[in-house]
Amino acid sequence: METSLNLVLFSGTDDKLTAAAVLVSGAAALGRPVHVFLQYWALDAFRADRIAADHGLAPEAGEAGRTAVDALRAAGQASWADTFRMAKELGGVEIQACSLSMDLLNIEQDALDPLVDGVEGVAAFFIAAEDGQVVFI
Amino acid sequence: MAVEITTRVDARGLSCPMPIVKTAQAAKTTPSGTFIEVLATDPGSTKDLTAWTKTTGHTLVEQSLDDGVYRFVIRRK
Repeated sequence: METSLNLVLFSGTDDKLTAAAVLVSGAAALGRPVHVFLQYWALDAFRADRIAADHGLAPEAGEAGRTAVDALRAAGQASWADTFRMAKELGGVEIQACSLSMDLLNIEQDALDPLVDGVEGVAAFFIAAEDGQVVFI
Repeated sequence: MAVEITTRVDARGLSCPMPIVKTAQAAKTTPSGTFIEVLATDPGSTKDLTAWTKTTGHTLVEQSLDDGVYRFVIRRK
């Protein structure tokens, strides 16, 4: 069995979501099982009605960062949501919403994008992770 | 050795990780023992595709760089 990637995705800005999507799709391409746990602002970004919206950038990006990100996008870089979709098509990628964050943001599961497979608690996340690596973004 | 290409992946102009993501997609539908050609301009694609073939058990049989375009030929396991 390949080493799994277990990603706790907390941040909801487009740059961090893109970095996460790169890790997830790369691991999926290598055939590694991937388990994503969406918390807080990352979960908010996965709402069906907001997933394609502009989620801004982390504060350290600044104006130069904004320009660089826009240039890469204009050159044809896939959005983070499309990159997650491709990763799921490769197989072995499961995306779960943190149940506490669902309460915090007052979201029902049917308001989430279909990329999200379900809702679970932190214990289920760790059980699924087993001895695999855990990454936090 | 000129091999007959079954599947072509054009990842030119695409940034990491699309060369390996699109190659992995192509591998799903390419018959075992046949060849996949990948074209990429991402400088990271050489190391990425080498690592990808090593990990997934496919074989990198050719690689070259011509005018900024990396070309890889992979034998599907």
